[in-house]
Amino acid sequence: MRIVVGQGSCGIAAGAEKVRQALIKEGFTAPELTIAGCIGMCYLEPIVDIYDDNGDVKRLVKVSEMDAPKIAEYIRTGNIGLISDLLVSEEDAQFLKKQTRIALRRCGIINPEELADYEKADGYSALKKAVTEMTPEEVIEVIKTSGLAGRGGAGFPTWFKWNAARQAEGDEKYLICNADEGDPGAFMDRAVIESDPHNLIEGMLIGAYAIGAQNAVVYVRAEYPLAIKRLKRAIKQATEAGYLGSNIFGSDFSCNMTIKAGAGAFVCGEETALIESLEGHRGMPRLKPPFPAQSGFWRKPSNINNVETFANVGWIINNGGEAFAAMGTEGSKGTKVFAVTGKIKRSGLVEIPMGKTLRDVIFDIGGGIKDGKEFKAVQMGGPSGGCIPAELIDTVIDYKALGATGAIMGSGGMVVMDEGTCMVNMAKFFLDFTAKESCGKCVPCRIGTTRMLEILKRITDGNGKEGDIELLEELCYGIKDGSLCGLGQTAPNPVLTTIRYFRDEYEAHINSKNCPAGECSELIEYYIVPEKCKGCTLCARNCPVDAISGSVKTVHKIDTEKCIKCKKCYQSCKFDAIIKR
Amino acid sequence: MDNKIDMELIKPVLDEYGEVKGSLITILQQTQEIYGYLPKEAIEYIAQRTGIEISEIMGVATFYTQFRLTPVGKYLIMLCQGTACHVNSSELILQTIKDELGIDDGETTEDGLFSLKCVACLGCCSLSPVMMINENAYGSLTPDKTKTILRQLREAQ
Ligand SMILES: Cc1cc2nc3c(=O)[nH]c(=O)nc-3n(C[C@H](O)[C@H](O)[C@H](O)COP(=O)(O)O)c2cc1C
Ligand code: SF4
Ligand code: SF4
Ligand code: SF4
Ligand code: FES
Ligand code: FES
Repeated sequence: MRIVVGQGSCGIAAGAEKVRQALIKEGFTAPELTIAGCIGMCYLEPIVDIYDDNGDVKRLVKVSEMDAPKIAEYIRTGNIGLISDLLVSEEDAQFLKKQTRIALRRCGIINPEELADYEKADGYSALKKAVTEMTPEEVIEVIKTSGLAGRGGAGFPTWFKWNAARQAEGDEKYLICNADEGDPGAFMDRAVIESDPHNLIEGMLIGAYAIGAQNAVVYVRAEYPLAIKRLKRAIKQATEAGYLGSNIFGSDFSCNMTIKAGAGAFVCGEETALIESLEGHRGMPRLKPPFPAQSGFWRKPSNINNVETFANVGWIINNGGEAFAAMGTEGSKGTKVFAVTGKIKRSGLVEIPMGKTLRDVIFDIGGGIKDGKEFKAVQMGGPSGGCIPAELIDTVIDYKALGATGAIMGSGGMVVMDEGTCMVNMAKFFLDFTAKESCGKCVPCRIGTTRMLEILKRITDGNGKEGDIELLEELCYGIKDGSLCGLGQTAPNPVLTTIRYFRDEYEAHINSKNCPAGECSELIEYYIVPEKCKGCTLCARNCPVDAISGSVKTVHKIDTEKCIKCKKCYQSCKFDAIIKR
Repeated sequence: MDNKIDMELIKPVLDEYGEVKGSLITILQQTQEIYGYLPKEAIEYIAQRTGIEISEIMGVATFYTQFRLTPVGKYLIMLCQGTACHVNSSELILQTIKDELGIDDGETTEDGLFSLKCVACLGCCSLSPVMMINENAYGSLTPDKTKTILRQLREAQ
């Protein structure tokens, strides 16, 4: 018997550590009581898996520390009735069954802190195969056959970059992993590192072998303390076991690995800025060429890949490039992991073969929109991406098809929006982000994003002018053309896509000073529907500025002069008597 | 707040990284871990030990949002304003914290207990809105839940 408590940082935030502590109080200890990373069913955390001696598993979801005695009693007696309310439903189990997991194959299953767990799950067999049976060129050939493309956003063929770094002149080369995960709303890379850190190390080592690098560096976002801790531990374990270090598997191949924590700058996800940051400087992008493959970290040939890219490599070496390429579309091979969040019922990590549709992810797996609302749009690719509207829900997940919508595949963040999300406000949100994150090197990016933000602010404040949409468009193209790095070149995308698909919403803000989604506080007022108000006084008690009058059991009224539109009454009324208009 | 900065504390950091090229950010991170911020005296000392100009150190310290040049409260609240949290009304949580503590983004309460900092994404997006207080993440926040958490921390004093 084994009890496994899912402990990713999100599971812990949901209360997983409290559950584990409560189970310890019930008398369970290691090795029966153990941990795993994230299975990716975030909406059901905390999750506890109970394996019997035959390896059959009972998955308990939304477990609280209060449930520990029940669970202990179930384990003693086998009386399933005790835990029937915690068992995962058949419908929820489909969330995982409908996925195809490669990058996430061990996530939430093995203990990320134990090397032995990883080894039992085929760990380091691909590295062994690569360094003892294959030449670096053969490794690159297999990756080429697989069609693996970079999962960090741009989707550049991985083999091509590896080959360029392999061909580059120089004895000293670097392999770098980009774990900066800057798209706010994406957490695939964090989940991989927290749940299966050795898989990243193994993928990186295979890459290092292929390009001929002796040094590997992982650049991890500072906001991910648990990921850094688990990766450090894994590097130590791998070094002690001889997977990292000199003469790996008795070969001539030697490689060490270090971690550098980022310090909070989105632009450092861009590869040349990342290199600047690794060298201890301000993270300002460099001019390309020269490309990192020729002159990167310390001006040596360097190759940078994303976490998820590396997470696929071990599987490809073990199963062959053809097996990976058998999945997907003509131009996009293998699987892709998405972090699906926002107004979605089942929010979490979804890994599916390329070629599925957005509908498959959002509705079939994700269960559609929560609280019975209408699906409006999905934002992909974060600040560099765009909003895809409901009418394009059948778009195929493929680099080209997604690009044609004006959005991008991106690194895998999918933020789902419902009818209550204002698209102009959304565009403003992203511009606020990019304006703050612009490194300031190029004038169009630095000044242009600020100008665009000003215009979007005035539109959402109800001061939009005729011609503002056209002015925004003009600025968009100016910024795209005049920016050095991807940040500036793609910053206009959220604005361009929302204008393209939701122009009427912009026009409503500008011409009729109206926010159709009811989100822009300057353009709405709160109103109590007399027929619905029960006079419970809750709203009046919650109002911070005493704008609501009325006594018990009488209809309440909002003084719009006093109201600061804090939304508190709207959220507190249990009878839906308060509306925005 | 103790005004005396004990330089002995960061000696080991500089002994380890002072001569390793490219380590400035790591040194600043560890310095901040020790003092809670980057004291002026520490920056001068780092400059002296590494040979890096003070102006360059300041350039780096101001470029990255992680670094602070003033002390923070005992509890550092990092409130997520990422996309998923934005869509799930993190604005309301920001307002709640501002009301409850009387501080704005980047400020510290007078008693030195709480500091507030808005950040881009904490990676727990499916529990949005999310905040992290001294490395503990709290998810699915509502105004009431947020107030309770803050009051519990205050009462624990
Ligand atoms: C502004 C900006 C931010 C980026 N952020 C990331 C990031 O957080 N993670 C990432 O892997 N790639 C990011 N990229 C893409 C990287 O520059 C690079 O293309 C990628 O790490 C290469 O790895 P891949 O080929 O495996 O995708 C970013 C690019 C830009 C322009
Ligand atoms: S495009 Fe923007 S972020 Fe990129 S180098 Fe220019 S100013 Fe910096
Ligand atoms: S909370 Fe709703 S029902 Fe109660 S007094 Fe206010 S508007 Fe009326
Ligand atoms: S929105 Fe806020 S200020 Fe306005 S009436 Fe409601 S509770 Fe009061
Ligand atoms: S529960 Fe960890 S990724 Fe969601
Ligand atoms: S967007 Fe808030 S945790 Fe990711």
